[in-house]
Amino acid sequence: MSDTIRKQAELEVKNLKKYYKIAKGKSLKAVDDVSFTIYQGETMGIVGESGCGKTTCGKTCIGILPKSGGEVYFRGKDVHAMSRKEKFIFTKDVQMIFQDPYASLDPHQKVYDIIAEGIQIHKLAKDKNEEQKRVFELLEMVGLTAEHASRNVHEFSGGQRQRIGIARALSVNPKFLFCDEPISALDVSIQAQIVNLLMKLQKEQGLTMLFIAHDLSVVKHISDKIGVMYLGKMVELSDSSQLYSNPLHPYTKALLTAVPIADPDISRKRQRIILEGDVPSPVNPPAGCRFSGRCKNCMEICKKEEPKMREVAEGHWTACHLYDSKNEEVYQHEV
Amino acid sequence: MKTLLQVKELAVSYFTYAGEVQAVRGVSFDVEKNQTVAIVGESGCGKTVTAKSIMGLIKKPGIVDENSQILFQGENLVRYTKKQWNNFCGKECGMIFQDALVSLNPTMKVGKQIIENLDNHEPSLSKEEKKARAVEILKLAGIADAEQCLEKYPHELSGGMRQRVMIGMALVTNPKLLIADEPTTALDVTIQAQIMELLKDLQNKLHMSIILITHDLGVVADIADFIVVMYAGKIVERGSCREIFYHASHPYTWALLKSVPRIDYNGQTLVTIEGSIPDMTNPPKGCAFCKRCPYAMHICKEHEPSKWDLGDGHEVSCWLMDERADREGVPFETGRRVGNE
Repeated sequence: MSDTIRKQAELEVKNLKKYYKIAKGKSLKAVDDVSFTIYQGETMGIVGESGCGKTTCGKTCIGILPKSGGEVYFRGKDVHAMSRKEKFIFTKDVQMIFQDPYASLDPHQKVYDIIAEGIQIHKLAKDKNEEQKRVFELLEMVGLTAEHASRNVHEFSGGQRQRIGIARALSVNPKFLFCDEPISALDVSIQAQIVNLLMKLQKEQGLTMLFIAHDLSVVKHISDKIGVMYLGKMVELSDSSQLYSNPLHPYTKALLTAVPIADPDISRKRQRIILEGDVPSPVNPPAGCRFSGRCKNCMEICKKEEPKMREVAEGHWTACHLYDSKNEEVYQHEV
Repeated sequence: MKTLLQVKELAVSYFTYAGEVQAVRGVSFDVEKNQTVAIVGESGCGKTVTAKSIMGLIKKPGIVDENSQILFQGENLVRYTKKQWNNFCGKECGMIFQDALVSLNPTMKVGKQIIENLDNHEPSLSKEEKKARAVEILKLAGIADAEQCLEKYPHELSGGMRQRVMIGMALVTNPKLLIADEPTTALDVTIQAQIMELLKDLQNKLHMSIILITHDLGVVADIADFIVVMYAGKIVERGSCREIFYHASHPYTWALLKSVPRIDYNGQTLVTIEGSIPDMTNPPKGCAFCKRCPYAMHICKEHEPSKWDLGDGHEVSCWLMDERADREGVPFETGRRVGNE
């Protein structure tokens, strides 16, 4: 796509690795060799089951966790090798929205102080008046009112707290937003409020977003492209509509059919791929392809050799031996 | 007799320091034999309290109103003594919970926990027979090496396996009714799909009725025969699965269906339900949903809506069904087959 080349890359992740030492000589490969690029104004979603490393991946990308290997560039600068001054600017440009709206807000602070803290640290307001104006503006932007500013956090419901969290993130005019399961702790009727708010703000402010969730339908709704992770590896990376209409990796296929559809006729008629067994332990992942133990299309090579990410169609990457040129015929035959 | 369970005007209140919390305010529904009834609603709407009262699990400060009736095969459970409840729970009715790790005893082997249920309800069986029953039910629940599993502690099992053990434990006495309270909420999608398939399969094999409590409409679409939508302790709409999904007539049900992104849609606009649920210590005078309802009229604030029967057991409590209502701009069906009760 010539279009993507001209677009400016906001976050570039190259062969990122994050290992945890757990015992002598043993390590847990939470994120193993993950690469992707997020362009300016784009939303990238990462999906996968719990324990697949999606949150660790996100946190390593924005430098909260130290990496074990690979590179991450934010606007051309290495995230993990920044000077103090660069890091200070980086923390203004990159903000995070957390999963638990109860744990992520300081219960001792008033809403005003929570939102104003970032403005004060980065000296974004000339005087108190401007600061106050900005805080009230932010509150209105996220659907609260100025009178909420003087209240304590415990007076708010989960959905409102998440709005405060969003206002806090936006207070420093960030360019990049990392949302880690921002809606999974909320009630169904509140989830849509937050999703719509995030999408509206992204459009208005031209934000770039990394959106992590386990709920595939929400991720598909909000993202331009999606990466599917399984046991620390990215197995498929594609346009979000492409991923749904033409999933390539057997895991993605199973994951998509497992998502319930709120329509009895469609839901009862469609063919589902029910995966057997559980996700294996990441301490001791299977040799070769990590999905091989649960895969219906598993071949000899899958148990020996780890598949590499390949661009199968334009902008559609997958790591699966089925799409190696020499195996493609075999696969066509089987299908 | 086809009806297994009839709940009539169930009301449950919790007497706390903050006042009387009216968790359930007059809920009525029937469960037929072999049928799956889903109770849908967001947290705090009283769906779990409804289920708990069927199992006699309402503890102080909660009190089930004396005039409520829960008829299980014609017998009123509300008047049961403690001994009668003990015989009923686990034998006639099994329950599975959201969090299997919390619900299982961590200091007891899985096998012993399953057999305990048999000890209580079928003491005449010999030790070997009990063990054989436990192995059989675990195999039915999809655990391949059931004998080994009996010797394990809950922490040694994965989330999906624990939920299977819970299902096995609830079903080992062949209950006629299974209450599943958010059985898949804590699980991943692929495991959720496994457990839902298992429940469907077991229902066919063991001929039991299921009351499924959930907030996930996708799960409901797949398994439910009949749906009860609850809001603020009341039923706002109920009807067959197809009626609710294709002819939703209450603004809350309609918004709930439109607020969830669907994976098979592109570029969908999500409908939001503004505001949040009312305080149940002081429930609103009129319709409980009127503060969040974009189509609310004057009457909604003053008077509680009565029930409208739309045929085939589809009932709605909403003033929009009244023929005098202003229905302009209302995007869903109102007053189909209207006939005031």
